[in-house]
Amino acid sequence: MSTTTKTPATPGAPERRTTSRSARLLGDRRLPVLVTAGLFLVMYIVGLSRYQNYGFGDSQVFLNLFIDNGYLLVAAVGATFVIMSGGIDLSVGSVIGFTTMLTAWLVQDVGLPLLVVIPISLAVGAFGGFLMGYVIHNFEIQPFIVTLAGLFLFRGLCLVISKESIAIDDSEVSSLAQTRVPLGVGDLSIGAVVALVVLAAAFYILHYTRFGRRVYAIGGNEQSALLMGLPLGGTKIAVYTMSGFCSALAGLLFMLYIQSGDPLHAVGMELDAIAAVVIGGTLLTGGSGYVLGTLFGVLVLGLIKSIIQFEGTLSSWWTKIATGVLLCAFILIQRVMTTRKKN
Amino acid sequence: MTTTSRWRALTHHHLFWPVAVLVALLLVNVPFTPDFFAIHMTNGHLYGSLVSIVLFGSPLILVAVGMTLVIATGGIDLSVGAVVAITGALTCSYISDQADQGALSSVLLAMGLGLIAAVVCGLWNGFLVARMGIQPIIATLIIMVAGRGVAQLITDGQIITINSEPYKLIGGGYWLTLPFSIFVVAAVVAVTVLLTRRTALGLLVESVGGNAEASRLVGIRSMRIKIMVYVFCAVCAGIAGLMISSNTSAADGNNAGLWIELDAILAVVIGGTSLLGGRFSIGGTVIGALVIQTLTTTIYTIGVPTQTNLVFKAAVVIVVCLLQSPKFRAKVFGARAKAAAPAAPAAVAEPADSAPKMEVS
Repeated sequence: MSTTTKTPATPGAPERRTTSRSARLLGDRRLPVLVTAGLFLVMYIVGLSRYQNYGFGDSQVFLNLFIDNGYLLVAAVGATFVIMSGGIDLSVGSVIGFTTMLTAWLVQDVGLPLLVVIPISLAVGAFGGFLMGYVIHNFEIQPFIVTLAGLFLFRGLCLVISKESIAIDDSEVSSLAQTRVPLGVGDLSIGAVVALVVLAAAFYILHYTRFGRRVYAIGGNEQSALLMGLPLGGTKIAVYTMSGFCSALAGLLFMLYIQSGDPLHAVGMELDAIAAVVIGGTLLTGGSGYVLGTLFGVLVLGLIKSIIQFEGTLSSWWTKIATGVLLCAFILIQRVMTTRKKN
Repeated sequence: MTTTSRWRALTHHHLFWPVAVLVALLLVNVPFTPDFFAIHMTNGHLYGSLVSIVLFGSPLILVAVGMTLVIATGGIDLSVGAVVAITGALTCSYISDQADQGALSSVLLAMGLGLIAAVVCGLWNGFLVARMGIQPIIATLIIMVAGRGVAQLITDGQIITINSEPYKLIGGGYWLTLPFSIFVVAAVVAVTVLLTRRTALGLLVESVGGNAEASRLVGIRSMRIKIMVYVFCAVCAGIAGLMISSNTSAADGNNAGLWIELDAILAVVIGGTSLLGGRFSIGGTVIGALVIQTLTTTIYTIGVPTQTNLVFKAAVVIVVCLLQSPKFRAKVFGARAKAAAPAAPAAVAEPADSAPKMEVS
């Protein structure tokens, strides 16, 4: 992780000897990730102390966080790339919904084997992202508006396929959905394993490849990245393509998780993904953050949901309120950090 | 020569494309519904496709007008949908608690409560954006996420239905043969236009949007202006929330005003206001909102399956944005425009190479 703090386009906090220890701590860009990890730990311990008798301490409850939120993790990893590059992708939820619909339709009504459907879905998602990136870069239209059009387009295409949800009773899909990978202390679903693989790949790409550095550089300062001769357009388009791909993959995992396609699946999930990225400490102006933070962001959001489930009496709207409060807290932390940096 | 230059002046007017799209959309209806433009009188109320377009579009126009000023300061307000839900939820739950739901005083009090909640949301957004200097898209995301939860908390997760005659007026009633909400919208638009175009307020808003730091240095209280526009936007959303809940006589914390923020931003963009801030057009926004509403109505009337509604909307967004993109026009109409007028780029509305981010502060 320490290698990334030395990327040329993201000047680190001023590391003068004279700065006090607390100032240095506040200026450390790893701080938000640590805070999120700490928060996760605190929440977990509180959960343990409250619901010990209800089996909260089971290692499987912890692993379920990955099983239940694997798709969100994949979507949030894609969103991390976009946000790191200084853009935003609002089409995530719609692409997820569309992928569940497309796969359910192809498998169930058209009768294609799953092995053919998977690459088709991934290609469609990636192509959608590519188109959005192409328009954003070549016609200089705000990412916000272009991906908003993408949101409408994919949600509309869902409804064009079918207004009703499509349940999947294909044997391949259900056997894949039920496959468990034993870990000794519990087991993970295929979806959770795929999500962890995506996370590892994103970690490698973002922190150890030239492409990753370009993403940081463009997010840090687009003008200077251009002056440095970095391929601005290619990188931007690639970032949106990756986000589209990740969304489609998240859609596949979501489809496996619920085993159905529905035109209203994952409505508003782009907000969950953005919230996870922010809570994970990635700066929304771009150029700074860690993909591991996104993992903690997703875990914290997942833990809120599990705690509410264990609480039993709390209603689901508390999830939204708690997410909003957390979002607010982390945005303020980011704000304090960026002011420190400027001074 | 004069005709061509007059034609060019017309096509370069900032309202040309929005109006052209609106007229085209309206005309598309005529072959399918021959009496599309007919307006007739039944029971002392005016009915007709044009009236219902304005009636059903009223909440959107309100929200979009508020959004215009926010966008003019270089910001954006994603929380309006949640504010719509909160206002409706609070007002309806207060009315439903009353013994006499038809009492005018309690209805007014309930509406006041709802609008106060909207003002609080606006102050909070303004505080985060202006005072804390947080990116507007993120600052308003907080209420967008948490607000619906709060609305559901107020209604206890239920859809509260009410039966109140006076409250029904604002969203579903008629006055002087026209839907009452049209008068509300007209009043809000008129006040906004007067305040921004007859006083210096509009200029100040545009200058804050152009460069917040520079306008602070020349003595404009940019912080105050920013807080003001967020409060104004939230109040507009609050009135829209009253209208929506009054029209359905129900408060639905989950679905009231869902996606209205996206439609409103769309209306603003179609109306020719740049998302980068610095200039705005209230007239354009109203036309933009009407374009969106007409599009929805058209899809119903020409018999296209309603589920393709969103696909059409996406297509219109892209077409309008591409037409407004200087780079796209240069690429597609480039050769012709250059031959006709070397100075054409100067007449183009948006600055082509403005700052890459919409954050100004």
